[in-house]
Amino acid sequence: MEILAYTAVELSEKIKKGEIKVRDGVDAVWDSINKREKDLHCYITLEKEKSYIQAEEVQQKIDKGELSGPLAGVPFAIKDNLCTEGTLTSCASGILRNFVPTYSAEAVRKLEAAGAVIIGKTNMDEFAMGSTTETSWFGVTRNPWNQEHVPGGSSGGSAAAVAAQECFAALGSDTGGSIRQPASFCGVVGMKPTYGTVSRYGLVAYASSLDQIGPLTKDVTDCAAILEAIAGFDKKDSTSALRKDTDFTAALQRGIQGLRIGIPSDYLGDGLDAEVREAVLKGAKLLEQEGALVEEFDLKLVNYGIPAYYTIAAAEASSNLERFDGVKYGYRTKEYEGLHDMYKKTRSEGFGPEVKRRIMLGSFVLSSGYYDAYYLKALKVKTLIKKAYEEAFSHYDVILGPAAPTTAPRLGESLSDPIKMYLGDIYTISANLAGLPGISIPCGTDSKGLPIGMQLIGDCYREKTLLQTAYTYEKAKGGCKVEKKSLSTIDFESAEADMRCKNDKTI
Amino acid sequence: MTKQYDTVIGLEVHIELATRTKIFCGCSTQFGGEANTHTCPVCTGMPGSLPVLNRQVVDYAVGVGLAANCNITRYCKFDRKNYFYPDNPQNYQISQLYLPICQNGYIEIDTASGSKKIGIHEIHMEEDAGKLTHDEWEDCSLADYNRSGVPLIEIVTEPDMRNAQEVTAFLDKLRLIVKYLGASDCKLQEGSMRADVNLSIRESGSDTLGTRTEMKNLNSFKAITRAIESEYKRQMELLEEGKQVIQETRRWDDNKEYSYAMRSKEDAQDYRYFPDPDLVPIRLSDEWIEEIRSSLPELRDEKRKRFKSKYNLPDYDIDILTGSRTLADLFEEATAICGQPKKVSNWLMVETLRLLKEREMEPEAIRFSPDNLAKLIQLTEKKTINSSVAREVFEILFYENIDPEEYVETHGLNTVSNEDELQEILRQIIEDNPVSVADYRNGKKKALGFLVGQSMKKTQSKADPSLVSRILVELL
Repeated sequence: MEILAYTAVELSEKIKKGEIKVRDGVDAVWDSINKREKDLHCYITLEKEKSYIQAEEVQQKIDKGELSGPLAGVPFAIKDNLCTEGTLTSCASGILRNFVPTYSAEAVRKLEAAGAVIIGKTNMDEFAMGSTTETSWFGVTRNPWNQEHVPGGSSGGSAAAVAAQECFAALGSDTGGSIRQPASFCGVVGMKPTYGTVSRYGLVAYASSLDQIGPLTKDVTDCAAILEAIAGFDKKDSTSALRKDTDFTAALQRGIQGLRIGIPSDYLGDGLDAEVREAVLKGAKLLEQEGALVEEFDLKLVNYGIPAYYTIAAAEASSNLERFDGVKYGYRTKEYEGLHDMYKKTRSEGFGPEVKRRIMLGSFVLSSGYYDAYYLKALKVKTLIKKAYEEAFSHYDVILGPAAPTTAPRLGESLSDPIKMYLGDIYTISANLAGLPGISIPCGTDSKGLPIGMQLIGDCYREKTLLQTAYTYEKAKGGCKVEKKSLSTIDFESAEADMRCKNDKTI
Repeated sequence: MTKQYDTVIGLEVHIELATRTKIFCGCSTQFGGEANTHTCPVCTGMPGSLPVLNRQVVDYAVGVGLAANCNITRYCKFDRKNYFYPDNPQNYQISQLYLPICQNGYIEIDTASGSKKIGIHEIHMEEDAGKLTHDEWEDCSLADYNRSGVPLIEIVTEPDMRNAQEVTAFLDKLRLIVKYLGASDCKLQEGSMRADVNLSIRESGSDTLGTRTEMKNLNSFKAITRAIESEYKRQMELLEEGKQVIQETRRWDDNKEYSYAMRSKEDAQDYRYFPDPDLVPIRLSDEWIEEIRSSLPELRDEKRKRFKSKYNLPDYDIDILTGSRTLADLFEEATAICGQPKKVSNWLMVETLRLLKEREMEPEAIRFSPDNLAKLIQLTEKKTINSSVAREVFEILFYENIDPEEYVETHGLNTVSNEDELQEILRQIIEDNPVSVADYRNGKKKALGFLVGQSMKKTQSKADPSLVSRILVELL
């Protein structure tokens, strides 16, 4: 079996058995990158040399028996808004084009402690603001399934890198669907854990009260293993939760006999692509056959999620992004007269249009006279949405629906109409507003051959329920082989080669 | 005939808390140090860093709040105050607007017309900013973030003060409370305590408040007094001329004894306050508040009463001793050992304060221990040494905290108390000073003083002067 076809856990198994070396997995990934990266542009920064040094260190630890976990020796990709000591962390923004942190994010540190080998930093929407990975200062990432299409976003680089086998697994971040939606568009598994499960220390904040780090993987088993590695209380993050039930892998094979699944009627209504609807309902049917009880119900307030989300997220972003001012690090404009001019030019030149739009929106909703009408009201909506979910979870164990209303749109289609793009987050953002865990798993493809994702949302701290449901589904469907097959048929040569590459821009 | 005006004053007092580490990270709060050496990703606003609240800051803030009779906010939050300035690495200051930790208290002060309660509107916690140095020569500015993230509390009073005396009385009282709690050293000159004065005037008898100004850069009690007087005059003159007072922030220049406008209300920035999503709300349980309350030290007013009844000291002594917790504690500890409250009080009030003043030191800088002071007092009580030797020994004790018993022993300062030995010496004195002896015998009692003086000289001041004069009289 070809090395690249292994899942992360399978690869580590082979390495620990001594059948292959850590280096072999890394070699395979670099081969794949050499073939595909110039077309796809999944990465902003590649760390070839470092990855081999790390591979050697990990190999030694495995040989000495110091590393025996399920991720030992696995090549990983890290979203570029997670700080990595000594490696550019740009958030795909011009303003951080030269920012090299002196510290690593807690999630990255934990992953490395589990024996991960880091291949590079993946492309994303600038500061995670966007749903297509088109707002990156370093240029777009293309969907490995069809290069005319976006990979989704904002963790589009991570999702595409996993789908294109340019890594075995990746970390992303999810503020309004930024892991689940690109996972859906790229046919991989993506999970946003309960808010507070993974430390946000070292994650460059977009909207602090909504951001969570999570895995993008080839299958559910990998997802559980990675989440288990990165979850846990961190005293450096005040919003970190103290929880002991992070042995996620243990839950996978429990089955779903009698599990109550609710499908919100609103999730199947207007705006949902017919093929997506069909695939998701087929997925629900399969779960029913596996013993779950599935029914539709009325989840209230679905339509209020988007305005509340864009108010809260923009407000927090407008403040979180104030520190990028050209004073301490990052880009500073070349010529300026005085402090104010320096601020203005640096930020005008450093930020892209989508980021500016959200900074302006956020500044507006927080300004005196508007705070109550917008920001406070949005917080109230957030509370109501939380209550609606609490009510729903008194009847159901899992809420099922699509991850996105459509499959991946064509490049360029979304940015021309930001409101339409914002509406694309409708099924994912309420999980962020309510702090709930959500997972997207592949459930088929549309007539164009683009992947469709089915989303499962659980109650707070019920990742295990989600993982066991997703695992059961995956097994019933015949594993993740379908997606792998589709992937191998992609004709990488036919892609247009006009994509702007990271090397085109001087740093 | 000009109209009569009343002054209405409220204060905003910033106090730097004496925590070992900063409010949201583990960096040292120590003053000085090379630029940007007491810093980390958190207090320099690096991307991805997160604040974590220092519990000691809450303990101190609640302590001050309880001492100032405030309601403690059981569910309080931090808010971000957004403004761009390079001394503020995140370009927002973490502060409290909506739910400050303490509210609705008061501090009682003594005024000419009796005691008066000054209302405390609120006390909130916040972080200090860094320091900017403007290099005119190089035409650049340098930022030092060592102070960035040092914890502050801001105490906002009600507009309850009517003159500079009340303001200084309030600040004195507040400073003493905070120092008693050990929450800060409260040095106005060094900026660990900063007071901004909000002042307006109104016609006597009026109930409505006039337009106020806020005065900044007040670095001493004297500056505060001068600024209040100057601002009262300025506003009065405006009103007398039929003009209006503009709501603005003014900066006091104490050298020129003049203030100038910094910014008016129209220029006031919109700080876009909102709850900081990186910090969780603080839930102050009854247990937590009780824990703080029970660990509060006895404050000055209670201590005064207790000193009066327990030690029966004069009010004057009590005022001075309780004016500093260090002095008060030293007094009690030394008294517990030697059982001589008035003697201990005298040593502290006279010799100790004299040396402190000479050296321009605060009582907090006292290094000698209560048991050594007690030993010194015991030595004088037992007449092992006389009072002039004792003063000498005390000075050494003050600087070096020596053990007085050992010191007296090794330096042979014991009083010459052997009467035979002393008689021997005094006979010699009488022999050597026939003129004075004659004077004395002729009724000039003053001459005895001279002879005593000569005797002390001879004994290198080691003799007990009263014993010397008794023996001299006998011999003569």
